[in-house]
Order: sequence, then structure tokens, then C-alpha cells
Amino acid sequence: MAEKILILVGTKKGAFIVESDPGRKSWRIRGPFCETWPMNHVVGDPATGAIYGAGGNEWFGPAVWKSRDFGETWTHSSAGLAYEAGEEPIKAVWSLAPRNGRLYAGVQPAGLFYSDDRGENWNHVEGLQRHPTRPDWQPGGAGLILHSLIPDLDDEDRIWIGISSAGVFYSGDGGQTWEPRNRGTRADFLPEGQNYPEFGQCVHCLVRPKGESDLLYQQNHCGMYRSEDGGRSWKSIEAGLPSTFGFPAAVHPRDSSTLYLLPLNGDIAGRFVPEAKAAVWRTRDRGETWQDLREGLPQENAFFGVLRQAMATDVLEPAGVYFGTSGGALFASSDEGDSWTCIAEHLPSISSIETMVVRD
Amino acid sequence: MAHDGEGTAARRILVKLSPLLVDLFPGSARRVEIEAASVKEMVDALDRRWPGMRDRICDSTPAIRRHMNVFVEGRRARLDTPLSPGAEVFVITAISGG
Repeated sequence: MAEKILILVGTKKGAFIVESDPGRKSWRIRGPFCETWPMNHVVGDPATGAIYGAGGNEWFGPAVWKSRDFGETWTHSSAGLAYEAGEEPIKAVWSLAPRNGRLYAGVQPAGLFYSDDRGENWNHVEGLQRHPTRPDWQPGGAGLILHSLIPDLDDEDRIWIGISSAGVFYSGDGGQTWEPRNRGTRADFLPEGQNYPEFGQCVHCLVRPKGESDLLYQQNHCGMYRSEDGGRSWKSIEAGLPSTFGFPAAVHPRDSSTLYLLPLNGDIAGRFVPEAKAAVWRTRDRGETWQDLREGLPQENAFFGVLRQAMATDVLEPAGVYFGTSGGALFASSDEGDSWTCIAEHLPSISSIETMVVRD
Repeated sequence: MAHDGEGTAARRILVKLSPLLVDLFPGSARRVEIEAASVKEMVDALDRRWPGMRDRICDSTPAIRRHMNVFVEGRRARLDTPLSPGAEVFVITAISGG
């Protein structure tokens, strides 16, 4: 069966598609797409083959873009993607997640929408806005954004979200009601003695492996964490990492104990890779121990960062791992992170990376 | 040039659209004649012709987007700005980006 692997790249100036055969040795770059709008997240829906892009443009506002021919042509829509008149308008779409025919979108200022007609029309999940903590949510450096979006593929009532900097929230009733799930995660930026609030933590990236109902990982502004109870409680797994600070996290497609991170040197130290030497950090045991992976990555004068949605794995065997930098470079590993190759340079600053396997 | 067949010629205005905006709506035109007595009616008419165009020009406040400009007879307009028959309206992108 012929296959193709697509790396879906969201950048500050449009979406790109980088593609290869399953050998992942030779790559072709296509783009920029989406009229060079800033694209915060580009995802593929394996059920339909559609590619969706979450964007926001200073001129034209928020929209979700869609391609049904693997990037050759695109349309966009924001029908229904709006708060009530008089409320602060939506600035951009930040995250997308398909689930069983439904497409979810997280927006800025933080809110959740869904479409049941493949991105043509959008409906507001109003329960999140009604949460009693909503008036006290504070924006992070990128604004008050709903960036992490994890609908449970097996239980349509369950969904987790991450908001900077309101924290992790969970709904078990399809979005009607929500509860903060941040116990055990720190907020070092709050006054002494108030560092473990119910909400207000700066979650940077929330991920959930397949095949484990309640296992979650999160890279936070203040540490790295694992939860084995659906986020009700979190345990620090930052021991052994070079920094408590970073943005992205990516799970292995088949092994729930394997996770990839790309720690940065600190929130007030430049936010680039530690000592200007690039490394992806991998755990095989749910964060109990960590290994730095450097082969093929620049080990001097690397002053780049990697944003919260800019690292991903693929579903091939062995698993591929990818990350995109603030400087527009795209690095790929086709051996689960053991070695790396730079497969694109000089792209616009990369906001997101996702992968999609296309079978003829 | 595109024409709107609705209404009477007495309220007809000429709208000149930004090329960036036209690029977002295949089949749209840089110059379009429509019937409208205010900027809001003009935006509504544009949205009827090319669904979704309202969202690109206006936010949900509702107001003309911060980095969009609508000029009527040389002056920056708001949604409630009235339009005289024969008015020439520019919908253009403001300086923005980086």
C-alpha cells in the first residue's frame, strides 16, 4: 500500500506541508498556504483526509481554513466563531482537534467552539465561559489562549483543555460544566505561599497518550508533570531535566510511557535551548528518568526556541519525531529521536507541527 | 465589475475592495456596485454576495475591524455612517503586520 507522510507546519506567515514517502529520507516543501495568514495550528483529520488550519489575521480576524485535497486548494470560514455582541471579539483560533466527525477549536480570548459540518459553521461551548473562575483568568505572554485541546476519542463527554494562564480544565459532560484540574502544579510567579492555587497555573502544553484513559502529561511554565488520574492530581517529573521551563511535549504513538520534551533555558534567561546546544529529551518510563538526544542537532550557537505546539510524532514504525523552531528550521527524526536531520530551513517562525499519514 | 440586482438604482453606490480581501473570496471583484444607505447595509450586501465577507471586515462587537479601514468620500467611516446615492466607498487594509 502506497503511503505518504505529511508534516503539517503552522507558521507566522502561512501553512506549509513537508512531505515524504514512509522512508522519510527525502522531503519536499509546499506552501505557503492560507494566504500567508499566521497559522497557529494545522491538523489533519484521519477520518476524512481533510486538513484544517487555525489562524488569525490582524486585518481579517479569526478563521479556520480547510483543504480537502492535501493542500492544493483551501477555503476558510468563521461562521458562528464569535462571542456575543459587546464582548471582546475573538482574535485568533489557536488549536484544533477532530473527534469522530466533530471538530473542536480553541480560541483567543480563551473559549471553545465546535463544528459538526467539517468547519463550515461553528457553535460555542458556552459552559466554559460560565465557569465561576472565568472573570479571574489572566493572559499569558501570548494572550489568554486555549491552546491544548484533548477530546476523548472513546467517550464523547470527556474533554481536557489547557489555557494560558488559567490552567487545565476538564469536562465530563460534553462541555456543559468544567472543573479546574491543577492540583500539584506550581505557579512560581504568584506570591510566596500562594503557589498552588486551584487555577491560574500557566500550562504550556497538555498531551494524552493513546490507550490510557487517565494518563496525561503537561509541560508547564513552572515544571513538568504527569497525572495518572485524568488531571485530578499531578506529580512533578522534572528531576533529570536541564530546566523546568519549556513549551512543547509530544507523546509516542504507541508507547504511553515514552514522551518527548524540548526544555528551554528559562523564562527570564532568553527562552532558547540550554547553553545554546539543542537537545530533545526523551523518557521511556513516564518521566522517572530522562535521556538527552543530540545526534544531528546543532551543539553550538543555537539560540532558538520551540513553541508549545511545535513538536509532534508520527504513527509510522519506528516512530518519527519532529520539531520546528522560532527561527524557521524543521528537524526530523525517523528513529524515535535517536538521530536528527534538519529537513527545512528559512521557513517563517514555526508555531505548530502535526503529522498525517496518507494512504492511497 | 460586479452588480447587485436588488433594490433601486437610486441607492446605488460603488465599493472598491482591497485586493487582499478579494483574494479570500474566489469570484469576488475589486469594484462592485450595490444598493446601500449605510456602511452596515453595504457590509450586509457584500456578505449576501460573498458569504463570510462580513466577518473579514467587521468583528463581533460589531464594529469595523481595527486594522481594516472603510473610507467614504475620503473620510474614515463607521458602520452607522450613511451613504449617499452614488457614493464611492473604499474597503482597504490598514498598515499592519511584521
